[in-house]
Order: sequence, then structure tokens, then C-alpha cells
Amino acid sequence: MPSRTAGRAAGRAAGRRTGLGWLWLPLGLCALFLYLPILVLVAMSFNGGGSAYRWDGFSFRWYAELARDSDLIEAVVTSLGIATGATAIATVLGTLLAVGLARHTRSKMLEAAAMAPAILPDLVLAIGLLAFFYMAGIPKSALTILLAHAAFGTAFVVAVVRARLAGSDAALEEASRDLGAGGFSTFVLVTLPSIAPAVVAGALLVFTLSLDEFVIAYFTAGPTTETLPITVYAMVRTGVTPEINALATVLVLISVTVVVVAARAVRRTEKS
Amino acid sequence: MPTRSHGGLGARLRRGVEPAVLLGPGLLFYAVLVGVPVGLVTGYMFARRGRFGGVEWELSLDNFSRVTDSVYLEVFRESLGLALVATVISLAIGYPTAYAIAKLPPRWRTVALVLVVVPFWTNFLIRVYAWIVLLNSQGVLNDVLVGLGVVDERFTLLYTPGAVVVGLVYSYLPLMILPLYAAIEKIDDELLEASTDLGAGRVRTFLGVQLPLTLPGVVTGSILVFVPSLGNFVVPELLGGGKTVMVGNLIRDQFLKAQDWPFGSVLAMMVVVLLVLLFLGQAWVTRRVEGGARA
Amino acid sequence: MTQSTTPGVLLEVREASRSFGHVRALDSVSLTIAENEFFALLGPSGCGKTTLLRSIAGFEHPDSGAILLGGRDLLALPPNKRPVNLMFQSYALFPHLSVASNVAYGLKREKLPKAEVTQRVAEVLDTVGLQTMADRRPAQLSGGQRQRVALARAIVKRPRLLLLDEPLSALDRKVRAEMQLELKRLQHEVGITFVVVTHDQEEAMSMADRIAVLAEGRVQQVASPLELYRHPANLFVADFIGTSNLLAGPSDRERLMVRPEDARLVTPGEGTLSGTVLDTQFQGGTSTVAVEVSTLAKPFLVCEPGATAAVRGTEVGLVWDHSVVVGEGLA
Repeated sequence: MPSRTAGRAAGRAAGRRTGLGWLWLPLGLCALFLYLPILVLVAMSFNGGGSAYRWDGFSFRWYAELARDSDLIEAVVTSLGIATGATAIATVLGTLLAVGLARHTRSKMLEAAAMAPAILPDLVLAIGLLAFFYMAGIPKSALTILLAHAAFGTAFVVAVVRARLAGSDAALEEASRDLGAGGFSTFVLVTLPSIAPAVVAGALLVFTLSLDEFVIAYFTAGPTTETLPITVYAMVRTGVTPEINALATVLVLISVTVVVVAARAVRRTEKS
Repeated sequence: MPTRSHGGLGARLRRGVEPAVLLGPGLLFYAVLVGVPVGLVTGYMFARRGRFGGVEWELSLDNFSRVTDSVYLEVFRESLGLALVATVISLAIGYPTAYAIAKLPPRWRTVALVLVVVPFWTNFLIRVYAWIVLLNSQGVLNDVLVGLGVVDERFTLLYTPGAVVVGLVYSYLPLMILPLYAAIEKIDDELLEASTDLGAGRVRTFLGVQLPLTLPGVVTGSILVFVPSLGNFVVPELLGGGKTVMVGNLIRDQFLKAQDWPFGSVLAMMVVVLLVLLFLGQAWVTRRVEGGARA
Repeated sequence: MTQSTTPGVLLEVREASRSFGHVRALDSVSLTIAENEFFALLGPSGCGKTTLLRSIAGFEHPDSGAILLGGRDLLALPPNKRPVNLMFQSYALFPHLSVASNVAYGLKREKLPKAEVTQRVAEVLDTVGLQTMADRRPAQLSGGQRQRVALARAIVKRPRLLLLDEPLSALDRKVRAEMQLELKRLQHEVGITFVVVTHDQEEAMSMADRIAVLAEGRVQQVASPLELYRHPANLFVADFIGTSNLLAGPSDRERLMVRPEDARLVTPGEGTLSGTVLDTQFQGGTSTVAVEVSTLAKPFLVCEPGATAAVRGTEVGLVWDHSVVVGEGLA
């Protein structure tokens, strides 16, 4: 009997320590604000009727519609291609740049320069690239978008990998050199394994950013290039249909997956 | 006799190759795709507009004087106002939220942070679109308000400055919460306990210890919301119905509609200069707070 | 220019200098270290000892001067080509590799046959007493075990010279005392020249055959522990090593040094100096008595065997059997 009372008292004390009191209120309201719009979108995507607002019975018809929309599918393919290319370039250049910055320079100027595309407003980068491609006589196409996305993606990879390197011991690479490994062996055998999770997280980041990026794509796309966000923009401007809701649901699902995978990768980094 | 280090040259050369291999490709890529474009925009500010887009390279300062035109001053005033309101609201929502997340048990903290980030990684246009669905006179919010008897008639919340502010807050709220969380989480609980121990109440402790120490986070978060809000042209267009024109719309129109690239460049560089000034201010605040914390 | 060195000398540092901005980390340092010696570089933080160690390993480059190993110019070689290995202060064990793979890392870089690598790894793990830990990751080891892995990883390469950067600083007191003995035993067993960097004078005194004391980038004195203690070259060495009482010397630029254990308390008036007992401290095997002397800025310390009979506040006289004249300035 007495032990039970003691247990309950301890439980209460622990509850008080972890209790948030009134702080549940902002947390709850903020969650509601962030997720209510998304939940409404998802719910309405199963609407059987033709309105994006009025519920008219459950149906998958808009998902079927989505699967038949060849313009949209083409846009998805274009976007995936751009995201893949941009991710490949940004991951390689960003990783090399991050390691170079961490190990071979103390220049604050270079560090700032490496982060510039991520800090610069996207609109400024977009008009700059538009001007550049115009001046250089490069026709705007999917390739110009790919290059533009690779440029700002590199900055994000630098940021993620740099953070990982800051927490790692530079002595590890010196130890490798000391034990007889050259620069290349050291990079492959010691540096890369220790930053691998950050490189993966950075790559995922660039991939999603590129897939969702609208402003730069809008300015650097050729007249016939339609990326997914450009298509969505056109759809949203012309009207509200349940098909967009279905598309939104799919995109939300993809984002959630990628964020969770990236968060796991980062957590694994922190553990090791 | 002092011996010169004769291994010097070979060794120094070898040491130079590695940084060049690592840093070279990325910096070259940047130079072409970031350096040249930004340089071009800077140069355009002093040029004349070309007839069909592009520019004529004749030195001109007209683009700068046009900025003071009352039409544009009105746009600046409205943009700054809306961006500021969006920033203040984000701060009002973001601070208590970030504070609450920092007080969660570590396991739940990660979950909460992921939950904050997920909407941000969801397609930006989709997030804006969601508010069209919610705010429309046929939309869900009206259903609820009419259903509860709060209002008698359906009315449109869409295409108002208020809708633009809601859209901006929704778009950039995570950018406010994350730096605030980082700043709040860093505070040693013992500092707050010391303040209480010395006789300060909750409000005094918050204003005297917590807030000053988290000021760098407040400033960073505010910049991260304020600057992209100014440059945003999608939210005013889709939620403001084109009635609200912000600096972002103005810049977009100069490049894609009016074909006045030099004037558009001046407007864009104004945003960049503002950004740089704000970041310098942020560095100053951080230095002051951290210098003070160390003393 | 001749590269030859005296027989028996393994490492020779000739007038090595290195500056970082306005700071002279190494100021024309010259040293020789003999084959099979256990050598210590001792000094306070910022004295240049780590810069010297890293210059020998190849991670720093002197602005001028030379470093020769067995008569060969070391500075011409990158760190991975030097027959010298370093045990890092943080140990720098590769977290993603097992103990055995960590130890095998350097041997694989030499492209040795697999069988030889396996055999040498097993041997060295046996030497440091970690044969059962071969498959563990560094994170699963205690501090002392990690240090043994770091040591094994370095000595398995059979370097001509092993550099140890503050080898015991990451260990707690008890393990540290054990490892001091262990390091000495290992050095004997493997027959490799050891150069230890440390700021801890007790550590250097108890392990090293010879010690170089550094301050402000310059070598103050190179000598055996006993010689350093009995005949410090200057005031800095006298003060840095052990406890000393410093009295007025024969000239303005010299002082007279008396070690506490060389002094005794006598009845007032009979001693060379006299003063009042300020405090007594009992340390177990010995006691220390602090005596306030009117002509000295700091209390005069006397070390007595066992418990002391001195009583606080009483007048006493001071005499000593041994004293040394030391110069004031740094080298």
C-alpha cells in the first residue's frame, strides 16, 4: 500500500517536471495552423464531386484523373530529371567545397561566398541567371534550370557537410596521413565515411528543394519547359480543382518521407 | 650556419594541390553561375532599357531617380508594412512555440522539429493553394463561421491584404521557429533559476534574462521571414488577387512584362542591400549578447 | 652542406624557427635525440612544444632550419612518407573501424601481404593486452583501452621514432599512473625511440631519460631529470620543475635557489635566515612548513619527513645543506 502511494507521488513529480503547463496551448495552436490547411487539402482530394470545397462523397477519381494527365506526368518527369542532375552536381561540388573550407582555409570571405546562393533572395538569383543566359546566348531550357538548381543546391550541401565536419576531429585525417595514407586515400577511407550521413542528408535536401523550386525555374525555363511547380502554378492560377488536391496529397506524402529519412540520417550522424 | 628548409618548395607545392582540387571546381562553378549573374544585375542598374528586354550599355542614373516616384514609394510602403506585420505575427506565434519545443523531453523535441519542418518542405505553391481553399467564400473557413453562427452571410476573406499576410506567415513560420528554438535551447536553465533565486518573478526573468539572451535568434528569425516576404510575388498574386502589389511583383513585372531590366535590377539590388544591412545588424546584436554573456 | 650526424644520434633539429603572425612558436630550436631514448618535451602551453612535435611528424613546416632523422632530411617528405608516427592527444581512432582495422590501417598502406598484416596486428594487440578486443569499435572501449589501441596502431608500423602528444592527459589519475609504467615497459620492449610532449613535469620526470624544457619557443635546458632538478639552467626551469625557494643571489641577474627538502628548521637565531611559522601542511610521508621571512616576498617552504613539530606563530631559524645559483633571464 505505502509503496503504491509513493509510486504515484513520484509519478506526479515526474509529470510536473516534464509538464508544459500553458505551453501546450501555443504548441497545439501552431500545429493546428501548420497542419489544418494540409489536412483539408488531403481530405478534399478524396471528394467525389467536382468542387474543391463541397464534399460530395468519397472517391479516388481525382487520383485516376491525375494518373491520366499527360502534361502533368511530363512535368513530373522533367522535374525529376532536373532534380537528379542538380543533386549529382551539387553533392559532388558541395562536398569537395565543404571539406576544402574546413581543412584548408580560415578565410571568412570564402565561407560567406560558399553560402551566398543559399542566402541570396531567390528572386535576385533568378533575374541574375535570366540576364546571364540572355547575355551568353544560352537558350533557356531544362538544362539551364538544372544548372541554376545545382548552383544553389551546392550551398545547401556545403552547409550540411560543413556542420558535420565542424563536429569531427581533424586529427583523424592527420592520423591517416601519419599512418602512411596519401591525400586521396585519406579522403576516401577516413573523410568520406565520417561525413557520409551528412552527404546523404545534403543530397536529399537538394533533391527536394529542386523538385519544389519555383521562382528560379520560372525565370530560367524555356518556353516549352514545364517543371512540376510551373505546371502547378498554371493550374492554381486558372482555377481550383480537386485534381490539384490529389496532386498536393501525393507531394505532401513525398515530402514527409524525405524529411523523415533525412532526419534519421542526421540522427545517425549525431550518434556516431 | 642556419640551414634553410630546402624541403620547402616541393612540400609547399604538394600542399597547394589539395586545396585547389577541393575548392577549385565549386568556386569556379559559383563564379560563373552566381558571381557573373549578380555582377550583371549590378551593372544593369547603370544601363538603359533595351527595346525588347535586355539592356543598352549606356551609362544612365535614371533608374535610381525613378525609385522615388510616388507610385513606387506607395508600393514600398505597403510591402514593408505587410512584410513587417507578417514578421511580427510569426514572432508572436513562433516564440511560444519554440519555447514549448525546447521544454519538451528530448525524444519529442526531434519529433516536434520534424513536424515544424515538414510543411516547409512541402511544395510552396501547394501551401499557398491550400489557403485559397480555406479562405474562399465557398471555402471551409466560411462553412465553419456560418455553421457556428458567427457570421450570417458568406463573405470572401480571399483577395485581401489580410490573406496575403496569412499566406506569408504560413510560408515562412518554420524559418522563424528554427533559429528561435536554437537560441532558446542554448540557454542554461541555471541562469533562469539564478534569476528566480535572486528574487525576480516570471515576467522579470523573461524580460531580464531569457529575452536578451535569445535576441540573436529573434533577429535571425525575423530577417528570415521579413526578407523573403518582401521578395515574394506568388502570395500577393494568388491570395491578394493582384490587388496587393509588393516589391517582388514589381521586380518580376520589370523582367517578364515591362521588359525594363535596368529598373528591375535597381529594385532587386535594393532588397539585397537591405538584406546585407539586416545581417550586419544581426552580427552586431549577436556580438553584443555573446560578449555580455561571457563577461 | 653535410647531412651526416654523430653516430647514435637519431633525430637532429637544427635551428628550427616557425612564426604564426607575430608569435614565434619556435625560435631557432636545436636538439639532438639519441637512438632508443625516452625523450620529453616539457613546457607550459604555448611554449612551442606541440609545434615542434607536429613539425617532426610533418603537419607543420618550419619557416627555416632543418630536421634530420638518421642523417636524412625529414622536411622534404610529406607526413605519410616519414618513418615517424604520432600518437594523437585525442587518440584520433577511426570511429567507423574496429580495433583490429584501426591497427591494420597503416600496414595496409604499406601494401604488405595480408597474412603479414594479420600476424603483426595480432602480435601488437597481444603486446598491449587487447587481443580480446580486436572486433570492438573504439566507442565501446574505456579511455585506457583506447590509448592502448592508439599506441598499438602507431608502434605496429615499427617507426624509427614515436611521437606522443600529451599521451596521458585524457586519462584519470589512477589509470595515468599505471600507463606511465606501461609506456616505459613498452618502450623497452619494442626498442623504439619515444618523444613525449607534456606540460606535466611529474609525468616527464618519472618517464623520460632526458627532458628538454621549452619556454616562449626556445629551449631553456636539455638534461636528465635529476640534473634539471638539481642544477636548473635558469629561474624559469627552477620554478617550473618542482618547488623552489628563491633568495637574493651573488649578483643582480642571479638568484640563489634552495629546494624545500634541502632546508631544515633550527632554533631562532641559529639559522642563516629567521622567520615566523605561517602554516603547516601534513602530506602523509612528509610535511611542508611555510615560514614568513621579512626579507622575502613569498613564504620560505621547508619539507620535513613525517609529521612536523613546528607550531604556527612561533619564531624559527632556517638552514640548508645545498643551494644553487641560477640566472634570471630566459634562454
